[in-house]
Amino acid sequence: MAAPAHPPNNTPAYRSSELRAPKRPLRVLPERFPDLSAPLMTGITIGPLDHDLTRQHEGEPLGERITISGAVRDEEGAPVAGALVEVWQANAAGRYAHVSDQHPAPLDPNFSGAGRCLTDDEGRYHFITIKPGAYPWRNHPNAWRPAHVHFSVFSDAFAQRLVTQMYFLGDPLLPLDPLFNAMPDPAVRERLVARWSLELTQPEWSLGYEWDIVVAGRDATPLHDDGKE
Amino acid sequence: MTLPLTPSQTVGPFFAIGIGPTIGTHVVAEGSPGAVRISGQVLDGDGQPVRDALVETWQPEGVARSATDDEGQFAVVAIKPSGATTGAPHIDVSVFARGLLTRLVTRLYFPGEVANETDLVLQSLTPEERTTLVAAADGAGLRFDIHLQGTRETVFFDR
Repeated sequence: MAAPAHPPNNTPAYRSSELRAPKRPLRVLPERFPDLSAPLMTGITIGPLDHDLTRQHEGEPLGERITISGAVRDEEGAPVAGALVEVWQANAAGRYAHVSDQHPAPLDPNFSGAGRCLTDDEGRYHFITIKPGAYPWRNHPNAWRPAHVHFSVFSDAFAQRLVTQMYFLGDPLLPLDPLFNAMPDPAVRERLVARWSLELTQPEWSLGYEWDIVVAGRDATPLHDDGKE
Repeated sequence: MTLPLTPSQTVGPFFAIGIGPTIGTHVVAEGSPGAVRISGQVLDGDGQPVRDALVETWQPEGVARSATDDEGQFAVVAIKPSGATTGAPHIDVSVFARGLLTRLVTRLYFPGEVANETDLVLQSLTPEERTTLVAAADGAGLRFDIHLQGTRETVFFDR
């Protein structure tokens, strides 16, 4: 039987879960979730530079310029076209442009750290950004989050809604991270690690990473649940 | 072909910088026929407000999302779903927050609906559990508090 894909909310090593993860078992719904009666993105416009986090200010952000590309597919392999993909991340120094981030690393006036795009007909997305830095958090003594980019995928099927984080291969912080390790099966964790690609690397310009995303099928019901009993 | 699902991770405390204006707080315009304001508080196991939660509502008519404020309050403007759904009218609700590795899914039902008495999901619950899913009248709108833990823990569903 396949290991469950999603990490359990009740993960004591992740301290913030203590007062927030529900204690009672999840109930199973007898029916599938409804589809939207109109396309999700009706009336939503995405700016031509919204996918390029390096061109949202007067100057260029500091850091290692990278691209992140991939396809969003469902479990059956069908492309998820027209999905809204939103990303947010720390700057190269490991600081978010958010008032609550108190890490004493410099803010970058040329980096907001947020981007969005719609997947194309093949389900593909593409972002241009800089590699985020690692940063400390207070989960446990001397705790540091591995470099990561937050991803949110919003299609017109409720079962496909996904919020996750993309990591970088070989990050020495990964084996110590309670969020990455909340999935007990190493093969499941690896699905969150982007592949560096020479083909996607542009000479004299940017390093290319590739990361595919798989969401539930359109008709997924709560009972069709990744092999979980 | 069956591809392995990409695992979920927490939305974290800083999602506000990435959750842009693309999907807002309104399924329908405020003041339009049938528009109902739905607000509520997200509370943790100590009864404290969850100030960094993201609440999304989902129904055939559309979606809305609202980040909670310093009091843990969210607010959206939606409409009572008509037609297509089975059972009593309801809105599916997702909750994301720091501390939650995977989204929580719950349902909002409307108060005073005759169909609530025969809704299979509601009737499968104890009366105490049922009260966590039925919104309360709140002036001209509805109030739907979400208790992540505790004696009034909201009923959450498998995704």
